[in-house]
Amino acid sequence: MTTATETALTEERVQQLRADFPILAEQPGGVPLVYLDSGATSQQPRQVLEAEWAFRTQHNAAVHRGAHTLAALATDDYELARERIARFVGARPTEISWTMNATDALNSVALSLAEANRAHADGAGAVDPTLRIRPGDEILVTEAEHHANLLPWQRLATETGATLRWVEVDDEGVWTTDALLALITERTRVVAIAHVSNVTGQIADVPAVVAAAHEAGALVVLDACQSVPHRPVDFRALGVDAAAFSSHKMLGPGGIGVLYLTEALGEALPPARVGGSMITTVTMTEHEFLPAPQKFEAGTQPVASIVGLAAAVDYLEAVGMPAIEAHEVALGERLAAGAAAIDGVRLVGPRLGAERAGLASVIVDGVHAHDAGQLLDAHGIAARVGHHCAQPLHRRLGTAATTRASAYLYTTEDEVDRFLDVLSGVRAYFGVA
Amino acid sequence: MADPLAGLYQELILEHAKLRAGEGEIEPFDAERHLKNPTCGDEVTVRVRLAGDGDEARVDALGWVGQGCSISQASASVLAEQAPGLTVAAVRERIEAMRELLRSRGAVEPDEALLGDAVAFAGVAKFPMRVKCAMLAWVALEEALAELDG
Ligand SMILES: Cc1ncc(COP(=O)(O)O)c(C=O)c1O
Repeated sequence: MTTATETALTEERVQQLRADFPILAEQPGGVPLVYLDSGATSQQPRQVLEAEWAFRTQHNAAVHRGAHTLAALATDDYELARERIARFVGARPTEISWTMNATDALNSVALSLAEANRAHADGAGAVDPTLRIRPGDEILVTEAEHHANLLPWQRLATETGATLRWVEVDDEGVWTTDALLALITERTRVVAIAHVSNVTGQIADVPAVVAAAHEAGALVVLDACQSVPHRPVDFRALGVDAAAFSSHKMLGPGGIGVLYLTEALGEALPPARVGGSMITTVTMTEHEFLPAPQKFEAGTQPVASIVGLAAAVDYLEAVGMPAIEAHEVALGERLAAGAAAIDGVRLVGPRLGAERAGLASVIVDGVHAHDAGQLLDAHGIAARVGHHCAQPLHRRLGTAATTRASAYLYTTEDEVDRFLDVLSGVRAYFGVA
Repeated sequence: MADPLAGLYQELILEHAKLRAGEGEIEPFDAERHLKNPTCGDEVTVRVRLAGDGDEARVDALGWVGQGCSISQASASVLAEQAPGLTVAAVRERIEAMRELLRSRGAVEPDEALLGDAVAFAGVAKFPMRVKCAMLAWVALEEALAELDG
């Protein structure tokens, strides 16, 4: 974890970066935009848009098929992008496959596990022991998960007869490593957790979870949606078996996500989807798959978007992930401290002083999050209100909705302060203070 | 300072959000409808009891329970004040007028004679994301009445 604040981005550097993002100069509601919703989706710099444009206008062709020169150029771009992204997250290119988004990637892992166990039930050969999930086995998640990292496991549990277990969160929405580790037993087959919570900003102690899960023979699936875009992440160093993240949250285009599978898991798992581009031989009754990653990439991929994602990774690396992390951690602390100091505003997530990512969610006493969000919007502040696809967590917090501000490399201290300023006037505006 | 929300939150709306007229589960009732707004988690359950038959059928009582933003809660409260005593046909006419007003993006003049206090929601028309909030209880009542037709 980087704590070297001296590497944080200077105000001047942030202003330079902002000039790369055309949308940040827009005034959608007639007021300057204060974009504090990067946790939901990030904005794209010129460099990403230009890379996509260049591909579309100069190299566009179907990849891995055809013998013409354009196809070769497109295939090069495509596989170079895979190498770029693999290096960015400490993986080998063969461990990286394309999906639609993180949700699709997480579904793919769960569906593949279901398929592996279904094939076994049909008597079609023994299931690989690392994939076996039987009635009475357990799948472990946290109560804070995004629905994308909950519903696939709910369904896998139902299909295999396994029990879904979860570590509970406290009144602030935080779970502890100790409580999670205490739930790992020899029955645990999969542990699926978010690296960074999109609501609370809590950062999971992944190496500790991996050590305990692997000791018990369980796979670890990491929802890296809120970590890969914002801090240096090395999947091999973390030791997880699978991980997922989305391009649109890391300056890249929408419609493309990444699934990381270790070589061992990629070899063992059957694909969730089958069809073209992922086979060696097909007869009218049988088929043989290509090895990973192609095995998991049935059908034509959105190549221009993949090229755009590679450009986003180049951009992030040029700025420097440790510097981005330091910048956002500082903004997260400013947000949390500022929000906690407002009368009638309850900060959720890690207590002040505890580690948190560059975001903060709050509950305004006596004012529904949608009303608070409406007032923020009137001041040009794009914050997220709602359950943020984490209903169980919100139920535990005793509210249907929270208001969240999330930062990125282009977020300024001034923007955070404007958010806090309007937030501090919400109760008075709605007549509850 | 000018109101940054250009009159979206009329005094009457904020008052009704606190007043919550008609809140509660009435017994007995003829129809009940539960509706959710999945984008924001607003929820309402409306119960309605009718008196009389055919064209003479009137809303005898209406009760609701729910949770959500001030717009959705206030509009349930206003509805609960207005509906009792009206014929079913008159209630339907109001719901339709409310829908037309809110979806107009500001192009329709509110008909105060028909809508009464509910014209306070006219400002919602300029905030398309909030139309569902303002219509939630009204659509619930509309669907509850439709069930009775069935
Ligand atoms: C923690 C977390 N997991 C999963 C997702 C789902 O990402 P996507 O909608 O791009 O599939 C998100 C984004 O909303 C998220 O924040």
